[in-house]
Amino acid sequence: MKERLIEKVLLLIACSAIAIILLIFLFIFIEGLPVFVKTGVFKFIFSSNWAPTKGHFGILPMIIGSIFVTLGALVFGVSFGLACAILLAEFAPKGTVRILKPLIELLAGIPSVVYGFIGVVVLIPIIRNTLGGPGFSVLAASIILGVMILPTIIAVSLDALHAVPLVYKEGSLALGATQWQTTYYALIPAAKSGIIAGIILGMGRAIGETMAVIMIAGNSLKIPISLLDPVRTLTSNIALEMGYASGMHQQALFATGVVLFIIIIILNTIALLTIGRK
Amino acid sequence: MSNSSFQSLDASRIGSFVIGFVIGILSFFSCSRNQKDSVIIAGSTSIQPFAERLVEVYTQKHKNAKFNVQGGGSSAGIKTVQTGVCNIGMSSRELKPEEKGLIETVIAYDGIVIIVNQKNPLTDLSLNTVADIFAGKIKYWNEIGGTKHRINVIIREDGSGTRQSFEEKVLPDKAVTVDALVQDSNGAVREIVANDPNALGYISYGLVDNRVKALDLDSVVPTVESIKQRKYPIVRPFLFLTNCPHQGLVKNFIDFVLSADGQKLLQEEGLIPIN
Repeated sequence: MKERLIEKVLLLIACSAIAIILLIFLFIFIEGLPVFVKTGVFKFIFSSNWAPTKGHFGILPMIIGSIFVTLGALVFGVSFGLACAILLAEFAPKGTVRILKPLIELLAGIPSVVYGFIGVVVLIPIIRNTLGGPGFSVLAASIILGVMILPTIIAVSLDALHAVPLVYKEGSLALGATQWQTTYYALIPAAKSGIIAGIILGMGRAIGETMAVIMIAGNSLKIPISLLDPVRTLTSNIALEMGYASGMHQQALFATGVVLFIIIIILNTIALLTIGRK
Repeated sequence: MSNSSFQSLDASRIGSFVIGFVIGILSFFSCSRNQKDSVIIAGSTSIQPFAERLVEVYTQKHKNAKFNVQGGGSSAGIKTVQTGVCNIGMSSRELKPEEKGLIETVIAYDGIVIIVNQKNPLTDLSLNTVADIFAGKIKYWNEIGGTKHRINVIIREDGSGTRQSFEEKVLPDKAVTVDALVQDSNGAVREIVANDPNALGYISYGLVDNRVKALDLDSVVPTVESIKQRKYPIVRPFLFLTNCPHQGLVKNFIDFVLSADGQKLLQEEGLIPIN
């Protein structure tokens, strides 16, 4: 009897978690619907004219901005993160792992505004003086976001690599493969779904990051063409204007939230399908 | 398969959890203070440092008064006053027709100056040139006698009073270039211009310091005198807004700001007093 009660309570809690997500989506969608109706879904997503005080709501520059910045963050985060996870799992001596692992977990605890501050004070002048442009750029945002998602990717990939059964490694080494060949041809493919899960988590954090991006990306309304162009993301757009938006403008910001939701769902689905294909 | 001791452990655990939860909620409520004698002042980032200074001086003489000064931009200040969230809204631009209905008090006047980096040799621009730069027609410094680098134009967010006052006077019918970087406070604009030799932006005259250089406009040097006499072309009022007649701490504070002492303080900080 008690067992069934506990089962029902846990089921209730799980359902309420899903219900909360659905309610949030419903709320944002209902608030943003008037803008989709008035401006038209096509024009909202594909027009690059964002002038809310004059009644123009086109978010194409922000969509492209979010995608570029997230892809850039993944380039930095996945390359360094996966390499670090492989190092810690297979090649580093135990002493090094004991020091490095807690340090990496510490990175995850640094608030995003601190990352943004360091970006403004240290990274932007370096980019401006060596590469040109205003410094506030896709490159700056990609680097800082890449560092922010490193702990996530490293931790989850490390767990995935550790979860591969020892027989894979032992069998490969027994057949005469070197340690790197074992890692590359046997362990990483076996850990693939876990590694991709880590990448999805990192991608989710990168696309949703607001504070650091507002401080270092420049927030211009131009569609970025080069790495050194300033950029505005969907999240920055909402945060910059939420304080004073009212009426149609506020609804347009909610509509931006809907688009963000849908992009995240699409990206997650693509990633899950990639795992499924294995 | 559960025996009686297991069952009682469950019940007492749930019970203690519920009691702990209730106590936690109640103690949360006991922490709230009586909010009636504190005043929230929010809005323009141009006015914010001056409001903070005024609050500092006022609370030296009236130690029980509590104030909370925040930024957010002029439009945010107007919105929060209309909805009653803050007590005094700060706006650095005139109210639009659809915003009328609030009680406006002019506390000072201020000019908007164009700033460049200290390393920039430029000293003077015409209003038309400024309009062309911000509209994106002039993109490189060598078009106005400088280096071959791009002009990094910095503007404020849409809801900024500084931006709207600036665009009213300088770009009444053209749109600002989409290349411009957008920052959300005077301080952020000043910081970027101070560090980037190719940057150009606009801030409140009262916030210019020795890290940036203010340009002459149409050969008029921005000074307290030239702004007071409206010779300098871009001047705007600093407004305190309330949505009900002044009373209590709000009235005392605004009276202080309008008094000779308050006005003298604002003048020392770089603003133009109202008389």
